[in-house]
Amino acid sequence: MSNSNLTRRGLLKTSAVAGAGVALPTIFTASSAAAYTNEPTGSTVTLGFNVPQTGPYADEGADELRAYELAVEHLNGGGDGGMMNTFSSKALQGNGILGKKVEYVTGDTQTKSDAARASAKSMIEKDGAVMITGGSSSGVAVAVQALCQEAGVIFMAGLTHSNDTTGKDKRANGFRHFFNSYMSGAALAPVLKNAYGDDRKAYHLTADYNWGYTTEEAVRSSTEAMGWETVAAVKTPLTQTDFSSYIAPVLQSGADTLVLNHYGGNMVNSLTNAVQFGLRDKQVNGKDFQIIVPLYSRLMARGAGANVKGIFGSTNWHWSLTDEGSKAFVKSFGEKYGFPPSQAAHTTYVQTLLYADACERAGSFQPCAVVEALEDFEFDGLGNGKTLYRGDDHQCFKDVLVVKGKENPTSEFDLLEIVEVTPAEQVTYAPDHPQFQGGALGSCNDGA
Amino acid sequence: MLGLNKKDTSLLILVAALALFAPFILNPFPVGSAMAQFNAGYPDLMQRFVIFGIFAIGFNILFGLTGYLSFGHAAFLGVGSYAAVWMFKLLSMNVVPAIILSVITAGLFALVIGYVSLRRSGIYFSILTLAFAQMTYALAYSVLTPITGGETGLQLALDDPRVLDGAATGDNIPVPGFFGMEMRGSSQLEIGDWAFTFSNGYYFCAIIMLLSFYLSIRIFRSPFGMMLRAIKSNQQRLYYTGLNARPYTLAAFVISGMYAGLAGGLMAAMDPLAGAERMFWTASGEVVLMTILGGVGTLIGPVLGAGLIKYMENILSKINSDILHGWFAFLPDGLEDLIVTLIYPFIGKGWHLTLGLMFMLVVIFLPGGLVEAGQRISRLFGRKKADDKSEKSTSTEPAE
Repeated sequence: MSNSNLTRRGLLKTSAVAGAGVALPTIFTASSAAAYTNEPTGSTVTLGFNVPQTGPYADEGADELRAYELAVEHLNGGGDGGMMNTFSSKALQGNGILGKKVEYVTGDTQTKSDAARASAKSMIEKDGAVMITGGSSSGVAVAVQALCQEAGVIFMAGLTHSNDTTGKDKRANGFRHFFNSYMSGAALAPVLKNAYGDDRKAYHLTADYNWGYTTEEAVRSSTEAMGWETVAAVKTPLTQTDFSSYIAPVLQSGADTLVLNHYGGNMVNSLTNAVQFGLRDKQVNGKDFQIIVPLYSRLMARGAGANVKGIFGSTNWHWSLTDEGSKAFVKSFGEKYGFPPSQAAHTTYVQTLLYADACERAGSFQPCAVVEALEDFEFDGLGNGKTLYRGDDHQCFKDVLVVKGKENPTSEFDLLEIVEVTPAEQVTYAPDHPQFQGGALGSCNDGA
Repeated sequence: MLGLNKKDTSLLILVAALALFAPFILNPFPVGSAMAQFNAGYPDLMQRFVIFGIFAIGFNILFGLTGYLSFGHAAFLGVGSYAAVWMFKLLSMNVVPAIILSVITAGLFALVIGYVSLRRSGIYFSILTLAFAQMTYALAYSVLTPITGGETGLQLALDDPRVLDGAATGDNIPVPGFFGMEMRGSSQLEIGDWAFTFSNGYYFCAIIMLLSFYLSIRIFRSPFGMMLRAIKSNQQRLYYTGLNARPYTLAAFVISGMYAGLAGGLMAAMDPLAGAERMFWTASGEVVLMTILGGVGTLIGPVLGAGLIKYMENILSKINSDILHGWFAFLPDGLEDLIVTLIYPFIGKGWHLTLGLMFMLVVIFLPGGLVEAGQRISRLFGRKKADDKSEKSTSTEPAE
């Protein structure tokens, strides 16, 4: 029951307490005198590896973590040095970064923006991480990138393919080595034209979220530019596991090509359904029916099994590449873990080396100095040929691989074969390209 | 004091003291030590403690008092966050309008959803709220992408209008503040090897949490709260006495929805981003877990439960096998590996497993949650001192 009895004394007491409460936070306003957030002062420097350890992309996350551990080992002078030996920049000595031993903390993003930000924040606020890297979905990457910009640390994006990461959501403190939807479309189009001709009717099934939209747009505009017609584009819920009801209308639509803008488990299920419906044995408009998967990963190919045979897609890197950098990386990864690395492992390993190298060249861990060192940095020997980190949007421009499901795989890792290595010029676009419009890089932030 | 009886006043003072000294209490270990892993006194986690505390306090007003189990409360949290971020984008980086709008929006949503859902009770009510929450989640995730930002979430941008703040200065997005006091600002106090962080954002949240806690005490002790308890114990009887229970349940539902909106608004104020997964059904389930872990129908229980879950999520999940090996390095190799293999499934990515086990233990052995544990302990010590007089001296008792 309420027992309110307003008295002068009670009122005075109450307002005194309330006043003290309101005044409290203003007592603590002094800020520390560090030059930038988490300036490493001891003999070590801490990096934060923020990867999905649970949830739909846990497999990719586990592989990323392996690559990070390998990179730290190499940076500290352990192992055989991996790609540090083939990297065109020779600033790294194998004695940590700037003479400080590299230590790391790990966190679980759960493939959720909130969890990823909480984990990244604890790395920054509690563990003193000076760089955060990781992420296995664009939503997470964009969210953590914005956080790092605010906090004044560097973010080296992991597996994120959506245009938005270096498009409308780009940030000055964030960098992406991985390729994007636009590049997938631009690389795939010529190969598709050679293989399937220039008068096809395409039907898109698109995962109903940002990455799906940008991929659909990219593939549509590049295929339409070469003469293909888009019959329909249907959005499928992300949680869908049975795509039968989406596949059936494809046959009635008069389309002769199906584009699956799906990733992970979605792609495994939709492709399996499409093959089960016998789409690939059909003849439409006098042509064989074909299926295309714009973004491939080895882990997905393994999930879809025999269904991927002969299906075209694009990928950032593949372990069967024979340049020196790739060979060195596959060798040291294979020796440590017993199997070849995935593209997720490759991009995260490279990002860690690139960050360390930028610190060495800048002579400091200060975010703005690192940003300056990375902007418009050209390098080679990291598995993708000559690469440019463009200063306008912090996106890497490099060769893109067009791959095809292998007809006769020899092992569970040997599922994709490289059809063509699309040169970087062909996938380069202007920073203000319509698919990347909106948003601004802003300026680098050193934090407190 | 403040219209509370003595027992409630001391409880409020206890909570206030806990909130005030949280930076000390949560950082018991020196920075460099191996145990520093268990320190939770960094701003982000402390903010989460109090924000989810508010969320759970609000949920408890509905679930603890009326017994209506809502399985869709995360929807209000998400709606509150979106409202707050839109306020930051359009109006001002001051947190006050953002928080006010988030409470109002969540309240309106709760009114609509509650009006429909409360036509049923028991499991049907739970399923209805769950359906509504999943609906808002799906809308936010894809259909309403222009408003909610879809999968990538709603973020601030440099070119947002921010009518009251005027043009953006500099090349960086401004940060939320309370009349010029930046939420992310903090100061450090170092005593020997210990470091304590006092964050503006944390104290702002803590004060709001205390106000919400106070309001919740007043609701619990009011005639309105008594009516809600009556609904829980026997709704039929109420109807036979000629009372219509629905306006009361609806009011409780809206109040608790507004609490959730307040928590969502505060989350956005601490970290200006709103994402759809904040509304996913697992998030709704989490607040149910918090309330049950802490003690349903008790005043302080939900806050404790929220703290426990957030602690495990953020601290336990960050222990990886390397750290374990570091701890047990003094053991002989074989034994070290064995112990690490035994513990590993329960930490790091296995923290859900530990949480599940703990939840089972609490439900089986302590149906009243952590509060019951506290009562049992204090009863144990109380007996030694002064007979059975302490039977009712413990903080609170669960509603029937």
